[in-house]
Amino acid sequence: MGALIFLIPAALFLGLLGLAAFVWALKKGQFEDLDGAAMRILLDDPKRDPGEDETDP
Amino acid sequence: MTAPDDLVPAAPAIDTPPDQEPYPVPFVIELPGGLRRLHLMVENIHCAACIRRIETALLAMSGVTHARVNMSTRRLVCEWRDTETSASAIIERVEALGFPAAPFDSGRTEQTGAGEERRLLMALAVAGFAAGNVMLLSVSVWAGHAGGMGDATRTLFHWISALIALPAVAYAGQPFFRSAASALRSGALNMDVPISLAVLLAAAMSLYQTIEGGEHAYFDASVTLLFFLLVGRYLDHRARAKARSAAEQLLGLAAVTAQVIDADGRQRPVAVSTLRPGMIVAVAAGERIPVDGDVIEGISDVDTSLVTGESLPCPVTAGTKVFAGTLNLSQPVQVSVRAAGEGTLLAEIVRLMEAAEQGRARYVRIADRIARLYAPTVHILAASTFLGWWLVVGAAWDQSLMAAVAVLIITCPCAIGLAVPVVQVVASGRLMQHGVLLKSPDGLERLAQVDTVVLDKTGTLTTGRLSLVNENHMDSGDLALAAAIATRSTHPVSKALVEAAGGLALPSPESVSEVPGQGLCAVLNGEDIRLGRRQWCGVADRPESGSGTELTGTEIWMTRPGRPARRFVFADTLRPDALAAIEDLRGLGLRPILLSGDRADVVADVARQLGISDFQAEVLPDEKVARLQALADEGRRVLMVGDGLNDAPALATGFASMSPAAAADVSKTAADMIFQGQNLAPVPASIRTARFADRLVRQNFAMAFLYNSIAVPLAVAGLATPLIAAVAMSSSSLIVTLNALRLRLLAWKAG
Repeated sequence: MGALIFLIPAALFLGLLGLAAFVWALKKGQFEDLDGAAMRILLDDPKRDPGEDETDP
Repeated sequence: MTAPDDLVPAAPAIDTPPDQEPYPVPFVIELPGGLRRLHLMVENIHCAACIRRIETALLAMSGVTHARVNMSTRRLVCEWRDTETSASAIIERVEALGFPAAPFDSGRTEQTGAGEERRLLMALAVAGFAAGNVMLLSVSVWAGHAGGMGDATRTLFHWISALIALPAVAYAGQPFFRSAASALRSGALNMDVPISLAVLLAAAMSLYQTIEGGEHAYFDASVTLLFFLLVGRYLDHRARAKARSAAEQLLGLAAVTAQVIDADGRQRPVAVSTLRPGMIVAVAAGERIPVDGDVIEGISDVDTSLVTGESLPCPVTAGTKVFAGTLNLSQPVQVSVRAAGEGTLLAEIVRLMEAAEQGRARYVRIADRIARLYAPTVHILAASTFLGWWLVVGAAWDQSLMAAVAVLIITCPCAIGLAVPVVQVVASGRLMQHGVLLKSPDGLERLAQVDTVVLDKTGTLTTGRLSLVNENHMDSGDLALAAAIATRSTHPVSKALVEAAGGLALPSPESVSEVPGQGLCAVLNGEDIRLGRRQWCGVADRPESGSGTELTGTEIWMTRPGRPARRFVFADTLRPDALAAIEDLRGLGLRPILLSGDRADVVADVARQLGISDFQAEVLPDEKVARLQALADEGRRVLMVGDGLNDAPALATGFASMSPAAAADVSKTAADMIFQGQNLAPVPASIRTARFADRLVRQNFAMAFLYNSIAVPLAVAGLATPLIAAVAMSSSSLIVTLNALRLRLLAWKAG
């Protein structure tokens, strides 16, 4: 039973990690253009201003 | 369906006189630091190269700081410094690359579609996380129940579950709570009322049990319930959003800009909505005419098929009346505006269509019809369980309430919430694979019930394009020569000629020039050759007799010195599989009817070829609507298949409707489904898919009811435990999903 003391928090922590990763991806707009990424991999990197955000604002 | 007017990018809302408000300005968003942003819908984006061409071209413009194409939505966001460039320069640049672009109001789209989808995804993520973790703890409790877990450990587990489940329910349940609250406020019951009640009561009762140290905690049931229902809700929302964006795309790209010629002869782009009678508009070759008006300068051919259903282009010169929505084919013309916006024939047709759509909006989806019966039944059942246990059996109030909550959880329409969306997603995915775009969310349900199919001729049964019909009667050298001259022209007849000469080696004539509205002249080996209208080529009436003269259709002539004139006859041919598709439709028990705006002899000929006995020619748009209504009054459920602008009101009137992808924008908006390609086979195949999907939905509901009829008596009797509830709910959801996947096994074509 002593194992529960760290196993339950560990399980919750991993779950929260997954949730946080998903929320981050959603907020960064990763799900907004699902087809574009597959196409863009074929392109050379265009010249960009340094520090420009990757996502649509 | 939404009325098309709502979908046109917001009309300039700013209250300034039209001539001071250059077109794209109302859509431009002002950012701090002198930056401006514009969202554009862009057509024809297919591949990586398209993205690259647009983005690099824009970023190369001075002042443009950001340009990014969204491939999924076919949209472009562009930002620039106000001092260095302008919105119209950016639109012109994109259009010059060959990508028609239309600005749209990004605020509206985000408020309605994207924001809601994001909220649902967040709720889904939270519910998924909570369901996974609470289930983990619950499984331990159930295992511990057999393995002798102590009461203290169980209560600890319940407390941890409560800590996860309660915030999750409060957050992820909001879509249902909101919908239930608004239904109750308007005095109605929907499916979300029992869902909200079950989730909230289950959470509250479980908390009470946990505080008391009891064993009946339903945290797992309430969060998994939310999770499954959110999956269904999300799928449903995606289907709707897809339909809406398809419609927006179609209408956004209709003529919304026009080139006005000012008194000083300068051209500037303005919004069509700001045009007034008397203004002069320039229409380039290949553009749609934005207004009703009279041609005042230029000679060209206009494709009027959208308005009249006629497949041949009409020649226009100064003085000819033209209509909004028709396509200017060969040469630029100037048009004096007679009516714009609401006054056009196009707007009249749209009004007819909207009136028809209001009738269709009365259709109630299967799921909603079931909800109307289901929700009150569940509430009465739960209430009587509570009263039965409390008053009749004489149990304690909390035990009675527990039994009532168990009834609510068990009956909660988890499988029912999934029954329709899952089938819908599988079916629309399958249709999409075969080039059929499902536009209205309930279109599939309606399509499954049709028993009559009304078809338009031009562009629907036929390809809508001309092809050479007297090829067998002529010398291939003549054909090659004519085709060689025709390659220099974009007229549909020229294109058909080039296509007909497909494999032939073409000579290379010199100095080909086009005489607008008449034909082409060229020089080959010192001989003057003319290819064009009969009178212009100097050919007398019917000079040639012999093979092929009995053929009718559009004709052009070719004359060379010292040789007999050659006649080329073109006609709009049937789609390659039209006959097979009509047979297939008959096999499905549908009665085909042909209604066309074209001439009687042409329509009769097509009807005879396809064996359709019920046909009508020279039908006007409102007559089509009247005929459809008459059929509906006879109790028939009519599928309307058509493509022209003249079909749009009929498409909206039909019980269900389909359009080919080459159809007019308005027609595509009115139709429930759009099919791509040269074949008519998608029509019967979609009906087959819809019928199978309908059967699956009914099976799914039947299974959900069967499961209820077993589980509910247990719950009423107070025998349902949290374990039974969780198992029953998950398994019924799985069965419903697996059943929907059977749709993938159905053969697409007949036989």
